[in-house]
Amino acid sequence: MPAEPPQESHPSHAHRIAVLGAGVMGVGITALALGHGLPVLLIDTDQDKLDRAGDAIDHELRIAQLMGTLPPDVRTGPLETATTTGGIGGVTAVIEAITEDTGLKAKALAEVSARVLPGTPLISNTSSIPIDELAGCAERPEDVIGTHFMNPPYLIPTVEVIQGARTAAATMAAAGELLTALDRRQVVVRDAPGFVTSRVLHPMINDAARVVQEGTATAEAVDALMEGCLGHPTGPLRTADLIGIDNLVDSLRVLHQHTGDDGCRPCDLLLDKVRRGELGRKSGRGFYDYQEEN
Amino acid sequence: MDTHTQGQTTTRTASTVHTADQAEKDVQKDILRFLQTRTKRTWQPETDIFASGGQSSLFAMELVVHLEKSFGVAIRGKDLRLDNFRTVVSMTELVHRLQAAAGGTGD
Repeated sequence: MPAEPPQESHPSHAHRIAVLGAGVMGVGITALALGHGLPVLLIDTDQDKLDRAGDAIDHELRIAQLMGTLPPDVRTGPLETATTTGGIGGVTAVIEAITEDTGLKAKALAEVSARVLPGTPLISNTSSIPIDELAGCAERPEDVIGTHFMNPPYLIPTVEVIQGARTAAATMAAAGELLTALDRRQVVVRDAPGFVTSRVLHPMINDAARVVQEGTATAEAVDALMEGCLGHPTGPLRTADLIGIDNLVDSLRVLHQHTGDDGCRPCDLLLDKVRRGELGRKSGRGFYDYQEEN
Repeated sequence: MDTHTQGQTTTRTASTVHTADQAEKDVQKDILRFLQTRTKRTWQPETDIFASGGQSSLFAMELVVHLEKSFGVAIRGKDLRLDNFRTVVSMTELVHRLQAAAGGTGD
């Protein structure tokens, strides 16, 4: 492509990423990357999820365009999907965004680390599992790094980056280059359960739900106070609906196991909502009703 | 009144102006009704829906999908930007322009 204008040091065509997991975060990260012109191989064991992902990604790319968060005049990157990691060999980075379960994530990282070139960053998008725990399951722990994209990744400009005890400097640099290509600002923190954002936010959301459970206030009132008095952008319970209440409960359990902090034990109202399938925006109902949108 | 001078608007004959105005009023009425249902409050045609920070990007996208479904238009490319959805007036203008470009006034 000789007509292409000169670009700075991180041309998007130098990247080709694999995203593991076609859930809310995997789809959102895929949309972010495609919208910045990067080719993406999206992998999920569930073909139905992959079939639905195409439409979801198109919808999210439209939201990103609507909100002006995509670079102008960049052609959307090509999307490939697969139900196995067989074709992962040539990618420049892997972003793992599967279920928030240590065993499942460890297995996925072990599998992909055997298939990619040494030095390919293996990026776990965990919201709370310590990176070094996951790193131990990969063939090369130094290739493993954490990023915590917030939902929706194509609208939120900052990403929490977690350097595990064994994460190599080269891995930090490679992941940093990828985030630059995605126009994300990175804030690097040390490895710990929940890092910074989940360690602070998730117990707060748990408390917000507990306040509703105890009948002190409605979800609307809690959010209105947190927004109107304290400047929280969306309110903790609307945020819970956006995270996915099942995912939030998983994350709180991980935090509780690792820290022993009772404030991280998921409250009954959250557990009830998961049992009833009221998982938030993605299921059409959580603390709020989203039926009209789906 | 529509003070825009986009191609299709200027070619309309005097007899079609009245029905086109009526169609625009209907579009405006529909959007106001949709806003009221979804936000549980009333809106003025000129009010910036996103100014207070109260309405989200997801709601903006809901408006896009609603306009597309209700008025049979496709909102693509440079039209897909938040400024087109800030007020009922700007949304009505967008629908009118897209319908005119598609070769009719939409009724």
